[in-house]
Amino acid sequence: MSKYRKLLAASVLGACVAVPAYADKFGLGRPALPEEIAAWDLDVAPDGTGLPEGSGDVFTGEEVFAEYCAICHGDFAEGVDNWPKLAGGEGTLADKDPLKTVGSYWPYLSTVWDYVNRSMPFGNAQSLEPDEVYAIVAYILYSNDIVDDEFTLSHENFLDVEMPNAEGFIVDDRNTAEAHFWTSEPCMVDCKESVEITMRAAVLDVTPEEVEAEDAGQNPAAEQASTAVEAGTEETTALDPEMIEHGKNVFKKCKSCHQVGEGAKHRTGPALNGIVGADAGAIEGFKYSKAMKAAAEKGLVWTDEEMAAFLARPKAYMKGTRMSFAGLKKQDDIDAVIVYLKSFGS
Amino acid sequence: MSENSKDKAPSRRQFLSGAAAVGVGAIGAGAARAAGPDPLITQVQEWAQATGEGVDATPYGLPIQFEKDVVRRNVEWLTADTISSINFTPIHALDGTITPQGCAFERHHSGAIELSKPDYRLMINGLVDTPLVFTYEDLERFPRENRVYFCECAANTGMEWAGAQLNGAQFTHGMIHNMEYSGVPLRTLLEEVGVKPEGKWVYVEGADASSNGRSIPLEKAMDDVLVAFKANGEALRKEHGYPVRLVVPGWEGNMWVKWLRRVEVTAMAIESREETSKYTDTLEDGTSRKWTWVMDAKSVVTSPSPQAPITHGPGPLVITGLAWSGRGSITGVDVSVDGGKNWIPARLAAPGTDKALTRFYLDHNWDGSEMLLQARAKDSTGYVQPSKAQLRDVRGENSIYHNNCIQTWWIKETGEAENVEVS
Ligand code: HEC
Ligand code: HEC
Repeated sequence: MSKYRKLLAASVLGACVAVPAYADKFGLGRPALPEEIAAWDLDVAPDGTGLPEGSGDVFTGEEVFAEYCAICHGDFAEGVDNWPKLAGGEGTLADKDPLKTVGSYWPYLSTVWDYVNRSMPFGNAQSLEPDEVYAIVAYILYSNDIVDDEFTLSHENFLDVEMPNAEGFIVDDRNTAEAHFWTSEPCMVDCKESVEITMRAAVLDVTPEEVEAEDAGQNPAAEQASTAVEAGTEETTALDPEMIEHGKNVFKKCKSCHQVGEGAKHRTGPALNGIVGADAGAIEGFKYSKAMKAAAEKGLVWTDEEMAAFLARPKAYMKGTRMSFAGLKKQDDIDAVIVYLKSFGS
Repeated sequence: MSENSKDKAPSRRQFLSGAAAVGVGAIGAGAARAAGPDPLITQVQEWAQATGEGVDATPYGLPIQFEKDVVRRNVEWLTADTISSINFTPIHALDGTITPQGCAFERHHSGAIELSKPDYRLMINGLVDTPLVFTYEDLERFPRENRVYFCECAANTGMEWAGAQLNGAQFTHGMIHNMEYSGVPLRTLLEEVGVKPEGKWVYVEGADASSNGRSIPLEKAMDDVLVAFKANGEALRKEHGYPVRLVVPGWEGNMWVKWLRRVEVTAMAIESREETSKYTDTLEDGTSRKWTWVMDAKSVVTSPSPQAPITHGPGPLVITGLAWSGRGSITGVDVSVDGGKNWIPARLAAPGTDKALTRFYLDHNWDGSEMLLQARAKDSTGYVQPSKAQLRDVRGENSIYHNNCIQTWWIKETGEAENVEVS
């Protein structure tokens, strides 16, 4: 070995790459341990490779789904607000507005199992046991009328389930179906006789700025109500029912993470009964962030003002809070949601 | 942050007052005559007298306050929340081809996570001779490459299938960025673990809670895919996958897995949610194309455009835009000012490069009349960007993804612009 080559071998190999040493091994990295592979290699292929043993029935699935999924996806997997719908839509794929769900669209059952297991519930992924996943998947199949209510899904009968749209896919065929786009020398002069405007974006009016203006104007009653709150009259009088109603609407944005009312449980965020006026970070059985604990130690109390500031920009108000929520933009939304929370005790 | 940037959305009112402010100079073509001496010249200005900020005022600099409108924006009604959502690059306000990281669009499925270099691990397993785990430091010791590539979300322009919807190039075409990446070819890492002959695909997966995963044919993985840790010379931003992301040149953005934690060599495609439920393109008859990975050639005029109206009146006008192709390089861009009747070859700022943005200019003398402005890209495979009608003929209106049609901006006599469709 020449002196130069020794130097190269001894120094960081990557430092001298004029001639990349492909095909040679670098000896970097270390062997992955079986436990490590087992912990990360969770994906499930269409032929069932990767499925763990287990089973779950529709009935159990309904319960688990109600507990962990229905908040966003609806009791019957029909979807709440803008959250994804998981059921319905069969036969709509050629319609003007197709509804694509597990039942109407997904070609493989493995995908459902795999996605629920690794990515849901949103905000608390990888928290389900295999049997729970089997049960949920059985329930989603039931919600799509693919199995009946007596059905039990297991690793053994997994491949027997037929997905309605299994044959609905073709592999990318643009090279042939769109071969005419490879024209090389397109028309340059007098390419069409006349040009008319056939549609305008301004008519549809959905660009963000306009959307904002629209909903601001939508609810004059709520706006008036919020003026009353600002004047500080709500402490002594009963809570304004209109405000509560508005606040309930706003709370939809919080519902994915917080429950409130009878039987409310901790989810991604703590249950919020009696939170207005209470000490921050003090609800039993919830694991707060360091930031929230520190604020609690300093004596933070959720007065109307503090809570309003928090809800406007959670991350700016409390650096390091685990509440991953962008914040409420409109003061009347903030006021209303606080009144709504007060209706569950303060 | 999208929520407060909302307020700063350029409004019609701003446009009009902006136009009024330059009104005097704007009338008539040719050099305008000054009405009187310009006080900005004749009077000593504050900034010419007092001193400015010292060197350490901003250890990491942000754009000057006057540019605070040039930010990513989102379209709230598109998604249920901002955690699994998308925002848009302000392409209407940028020039050149490199997208600054700070305003390059974001798309997350479970939010942008904070993963430190010491906590970072990359596992390569599956049909390999020796499954290996690499640390961030390990990755830095492999021979590195620098490459400029565009990353376009397959859903870019997806809201425009059924008609002209969003009024601004940022919203219609802003799910794209173009950066210079430094990283290690995935091929090098696959050679390090040794791929078994049965291995035909790699399944790549991120470390965030969505564990977004995609299947990529081994051939592509061994070709130009990069495991990248720097973009535009500095560490990736957290929203773009710090510390390590995958770069899959020319292919849809969803495959560019962020916070890359695992590469599994498999015999078949995994058919994950992101390659079945999503990122598949439904045709008119209800069947759907899958594995539509490559991004077709496309272009758009970025200025003038609805968010970048003409404020200076007739005379010299720079028409500019971007063009790109996932199949190769851009060989030419034609611009039409009459809705596609006649086309003029635009000037490319630099020859097109492989799977990267190309900037084009048309140095135009505007006569002040209405224009229906379009751009049409051609790439090195002979592909010519189709019109919306041509695209709909083959694909219908429900594809959601891969809308690479020719875009039309209606430039009015006032200089204002609107997103329209033409016959
Ligand atoms: C906090 C709201 C929330 C909860 C709770 C939740 N999900 Fe989801 N779910 C989402 C969002 C948001 C998406 C879309 C994510 C994306 O696109 O990245 C989604 C997507 C899905 C999808 C894929 C839908 C499609 O068409 O591609 C399935 C299946 C699913 N969820 C199942 C579940 C199950 C099962 C549970 C309970 C164990 C659950 N989800 C709990 C919000 C939620
Ligand atoms: C994405 C999930 C999420 C959303 C959406 C969300 N929160 Fe939270 N919230 C949390 C988490 C997590 C915490 C705990 C924060 C911590 O520990 O730093 C929290 C904490 C709180 C607290 C303080 C609780 C205490 O015990 O001190 C209040 C009050 C609150 N949220 C109200 C709301 C309201 C009102 C909304 C809707 C406008 C909302 N949150 C939306 C996740 C969320």
